[in-house]
Amino acid sequence: MDPKTLRYILKRLVLGVFTVWVVITLTFFIMHAVPGGPFLSEKAVSPAAQAAMEAKYGLDKPLLVQYGTYLSDVVQFRFGPSLKQRGRMVIDIITDGMRVSAKLGIMAALLALALGVVLGSVAALRRNTILDRIIMIITTAFVSMPSFIMGSLLLVAFAIKIPLFPANGATAGGLVLPVITLMLYPMSYITRLTRSSMLDVLGQDYIRTAKAKGVTRWKIIFGHALKNALIPVITYFGPMLAYIVTGSLVVEQIFAVPGIGRAFVQSIINRDYMLIMGTTIVLASLIVIMNLVSDIMYKIVDPRINLE
Amino acid sequence: MNENIKRLSLQVNLDDFIPATDEEKEYMVTMRPSTTFFQDGVARLKKNKVAMVSFFVIVIITLMAIFVPMFWPYQYETMLGMQPGKPMDASFNNLHPMEYSSSEQAAMEAGEKVFPHIFGTDSQGRDYFIRVVYGTRISLAVGFFASIIVLVIGIVVGSISGYAGGVVDIIIMRIVDIIYSLPDMLMVILLAAVLRQRLAPVIEGTPLAAIGSNIISLFVIFALLYWVGMSRLVRGQILSLREQEYVLAAQTAGAKGSWVIKKHLIPNCVSVIVISTALQIPSAIFTESYLSFLGLGVNAPMPSLGSLASDALNGLSSYPYRLVIPAIVISLIVLSLNLFGDGLRDAFDPKLNN
Repeated sequence: MDPKTLRYILKRLVLGVFTVWVVITLTFFIMHAVPGGPFLSEKAVSPAAQAAMEAKYGLDKPLLVQYGTYLSDVVQFRFGPSLKQRGRMVIDIITDGMRVSAKLGIMAALLALALGVVLGSVAALRRNTILDRIIMIITTAFVSMPSFIMGSLLLVAFAIKIPLFPANGATAGGLVLPVITLMLYPMSYITRLTRSSMLDVLGQDYIRTAKAKGVTRWKIIFGHALKNALIPVITYFGPMLAYIVTGSLVVEQIFAVPGIGRAFVQSIINRDYMLIMGTTIVLASLIVIMNLVSDIMYKIVDPRINLE
Repeated sequence: MNENIKRLSLQVNLDDFIPATDEEKEYMVTMRPSTTFFQDGVARLKKNKVAMVSFFVIVIITLMAIFVPMFWPYQYETMLGMQPGKPMDASFNNLHPMEYSSSEQAAMEAGEKVFPHIFGTDSQGRDYFIRVVYGTRISLAVGFFASIIVLVIGIVVGSISGYAGGVVDIIIMRIVDIIYSLPDMLMVILLAAVLRQRLAPVIEGTPLAAIGSNIISLFVIFALLYWVGMSRLVRGQILSLREQEYVLAAQTAGAKGSWVIKKHLIPNCVSVIVISTALQIPSAIFTESYLSFLGLGVNAPMPSLGSLASDALNGLSSYPYRLVIPAIVISLIVLSLNLFGDGLRDAFDPKLNN
């Protein structure tokens, strides 16, 4: 690896760590801007109980000291206890939720990738045919449809009107509709991305050279064209994860999937500030890291690209 | 020898020397009236059928959202079953499309005319059609004003950064980089959850209270987070346009600064900025509906398309159309704005012409 690439990776790593720090800091100070502080319920509490609460959570100390304690806790994955779910630690709720959400997210991402690349290649190879038109119209429609609309419509259609799948995501087969909901947007996006970069690649000189040398059609498509056409798709990994994370917030809500997204939305409704802080930091760090990984991969796969 | 002599001959067609008639002169003078950049773009845009259809869809939806509430006999917040001095009339609640409540049926039998509930009523007896129209109005307004906020902040910061250069530019661009790499939706949700509680007491009693703390906090969020894309764009435009050869050529030819700005910089800059603003509107509408769906959007009883869809989840098996209607409207708005924005870009971005 040449020193220029290494320097770029180092620079991105520093920016990534810095961004995670900014997220933690912002989350901390935003939460402390809540009227009355994050640890108080709406109910009136006696001054003595309030003082005891504040002492317990260290709220009587100066803000900067609290911030320092929180920062060192977060680095060790200690997010404190949940305020509303008695006796549960935030980190346990997050890991429990992550087990379900990771399954949901990874399935959606893999399906989106597989279907998107196939559909995009087909559209590019059958350019300007009816098939191409249909694929483009459908993907355009899916790109414009918010995930919560898509999820609700699928719920009406395939769980209520035609009961093919259960409406409850916690039961067997319950993840089918959530996965489809989460998959459709990234799939459409990857389809469009693959189609345009495939068209671009197919017009290149080296494809013509390969054809002139008598290389078979399939070998050209898989050995020469697709390999290069997929490079832009790598850059979409980061944004795709961000979409799946934010999408799963509502999708898990609609289908009652017991994942981290649902925990997050519930924590906002219940004003469980410890849980809100923990979930935000974990999810945001995940997105920042994935963006970092996809940028670095892009740079390594295609060293010609100058990202500066 | 004789073969080598080259003869010079000149054949003159005398017809070529006849003065042109007026008709012929006119034919030569104006092949085509000169067009400005703007007219060119409009002409290109008019040829794009998809963009024109999208444009008409947007215009029709916008006009309906503005004017229908003015003459519609029902209000979005009126619970029709609740009339002062009378017991609650539950027959107004949960009407299906085009159904009438018992008191309305009685009035119709007595020969009175009753305005139909085109989309029925919701669980609290509110006319659903006017709620959808009003929700569309809110969503469009939020999208439009949020984009204006983004536009203004982006232009101010971007041009400061572009003109000043040096340390100022570096600092601003680092801030932009960091905000850019923040996971925006999570930050938006976090801010929305906290801001609306912070803002509610602050705006109490001011005219802003009528808009509601949630929408104000939405605008604040856009002002805080979404200007970065626009400011990057503006800065990039300023930096690249300053160095263009045609600017240098115009200056060499003696053009004044004001002429260069008016004739070269603005036309080249504006189209890119307008297109980017146009594409910002659907994304703002999207964010608003997403937040409304999570319960962080508009304050009740004000409807927005997202909150209508969210409310509809409760009675989904009996009244699926209450979800389908706002869903179609949101998708239609976002789709047509996106397609129109794409059309604008194709028509007005000269770099994409070929």
